[in-house]
Amino acid sequence: MGYPHTSHPKETPVLSQYFGDPGARSLDGWKQRGGYRALEKALGMSPADIVNEVKESGLRGRGGAGFPTGVKWSFMKPGDGKPHYLCVNADESEPGTFKDREIMRWTPHALIEGAAIGAYAIGAETCYIYIRGEFTEPLRVMNAAVKEAYAAGVIGPNAMGTGKRIDVHVHKGAGAYICGEETALMNSLEGKRGNPRIKPPFPAVAGLFGKPTTINNVETLAAVPHILNRGAAWYKGMSRGNPKSTGTKLFSVCGNVAKPGNYEVEMGFPFKEFLYELCGGPLPGRRFKAIIPGGSSVPIQTVEEAEATVMDYEGFIAQGTMLGSGGVIVFDDSQCMVKHIARLARFYAHESCAQCTQCREGTAWTTRILERIERGHGTMADLDTLLELADQMTGKTICVLSDSCAAPIVSGIKKFRSEFEAHITGKRCPMGATAAA
Amino acid sequence: MGGGHAPGDTSHGDRGHAHHDAPYEPVFVGAVKDELTEILGRYPTKMAALLPALWIVQRERGWVSDSAMAEVAQLLDLTPAYVKGVVTFYTMYHQHPVGKYFVQVCTTSPCGACGAEKVVEAFLKHTGCGELGATSPDGRYTVIEVECLGACGFATPVMINEEFIESVTADKVPELLTQLP
Repeated sequence: MGYPHTSHPKETPVLSQYFGDPGARSLDGWKQRGGYRALEKALGMSPADIVNEVKESGLRGRGGAGFPTGVKWSFMKPGDGKPHYLCVNADESEPGTFKDREIMRWTPHALIEGAAIGAYAIGAETCYIYIRGEFTEPLRVMNAAVKEAYAAGVIGPNAMGTGKRIDVHVHKGAGAYICGEETALMNSLEGKRGNPRIKPPFPAVAGLFGKPTTINNVETLAAVPHILNRGAAWYKGMSRGNPKSTGTKLFSVCGNVAKPGNYEVEMGFPFKEFLYELCGGPLPGRRFKAIIPGGSSVPIQTVEEAEATVMDYEGFIAQGTMLGSGGVIVFDDSQCMVKHIARLARFYAHESCAQCTQCREGTAWTTRILERIERGHGTMADLDTLLELADQMTGKTICVLSDSCAAPIVSGIKKFRSEFEAHITGKRCPMGATAAA
Repeated sequence: MGGGHAPGDTSHGDRGHAHHDAPYEPVFVGAVKDELTEILGRYPTKMAALLPALWIVQRERGWVSDSAMAEVAQLLDLTPAYVKGVVTFYTMYHQHPVGKYFVQVCTTSPCGACGAEKVVEAFLKHTGCGELGATSPDGRYTVIEVECLGACGFATPVMINEEFIESVTADKVPELLTQLP
């Protein structure tokens, strides 16, 4: 679904309010819509007060891990005499996820404002926005907006005329899913191969250029100006009874669904209502078969599990999966699950940085086995091998790419075992699909 | 949309196989050198300007040759081997010349569920490339499959050079290609 589009009445548009409104892209347009009031306010507050307000709001990281943002910011020790850095993770590469793209395309100043507030709150004078290289339009829009913000003195050596320095630089990635992992992103920014680093040390101690660094997702930072303008209590109020998951969340919806696109709802929204009312349900004549609700790295849900899910951090966990990045991938009954799981494994094999043996070998090995099964050449023993490999690939590597490859394999075999068995016993794909070689 | 030079821009030296004997013409001279100087000011280390510098090379020459890597290495106080190690890590730097139009079709699962394979087939057929990664005999096209372009709700997204095109279906491919200059 393209833009502009009208929000569904059951959405709560906060971040997405101006999606599709080209007038919101310019600095003047942004100011007319209330922009940069929060930054002005923030620069008159103490960093500690900002951190506390964000802590109080309950805002958690929207990139996938869901770590409380205010707590993360509080790890940055003021007055340590070292340069601090803020990195914005705009490497949005998780299959199924395309929300940060829309924030940057339509409301670039929302990100700059949130990033500037974040930088000030953690004692950083420099912020780097790392945008994946394929996002050509977001890169153009963000570069233009940063230029405009410098020219207007919103950011720079004398941000908003307060004498405080806040530099913001856009850094273009060059094609690597792994650079969305925070320490890989820092290596990439430093001009290195995007290999994740062993932790500890954590970024707040030794991050970008070896200095204390905070890294936040685009959507997380875009929420910050709203919290400062309207207060932590207002933000916290947007939830359906779970104080651990607050605010609104952008969910990207794709795959076999009537109305794909981005939807913004309060935390705790019922997933069933979301899928059938907001997203319009399945395509005509089709039924949903499987849902991956949080980007391709989280366990697959059956339709029954999805329909019983409450859309917040704890709600997805209760139904055997995770909220992740909020990328909802929908497969209907025309789709071969073995083919899709094989394709996802191939994605991770392609994107493995190859540092860790379990990941380098495991992603490639599971891909070969899955593709063999899909072509009708598998054996029942292959299923046990896959599960054993997935076990070896989980919790044993520097980063979680390996775990991410294992998650859909384990949940797929567990929940759609009959499809795997039908490929093996029938020696062909019963759906007539063939995994790309 | 638009902007930047097409990968197939032949207005500079250093591209294609015909230039093996031609002397290397540095990329970073004049305004391009100034651009790099401005970029270096954003970072506390020279090394951090490596990805931006390689992007400039690709914009100016269409690909990143070994000679260009050596030039970048010298400018940033790195070794050519180090630069090559970085170039080869990332998928977007072309280590060989590509067609005038570099076509990337997303085929990761969400797009795969929406017919991306047929879009790939259509591009291969209508460009005359024949196979993935190959350049068409007229030098006009190179088609590759790419992993998730981050626009899954607009399946199938396709990139042609710097152009990002949403919701491409196999039947739209011939018209898309005719529209290219």
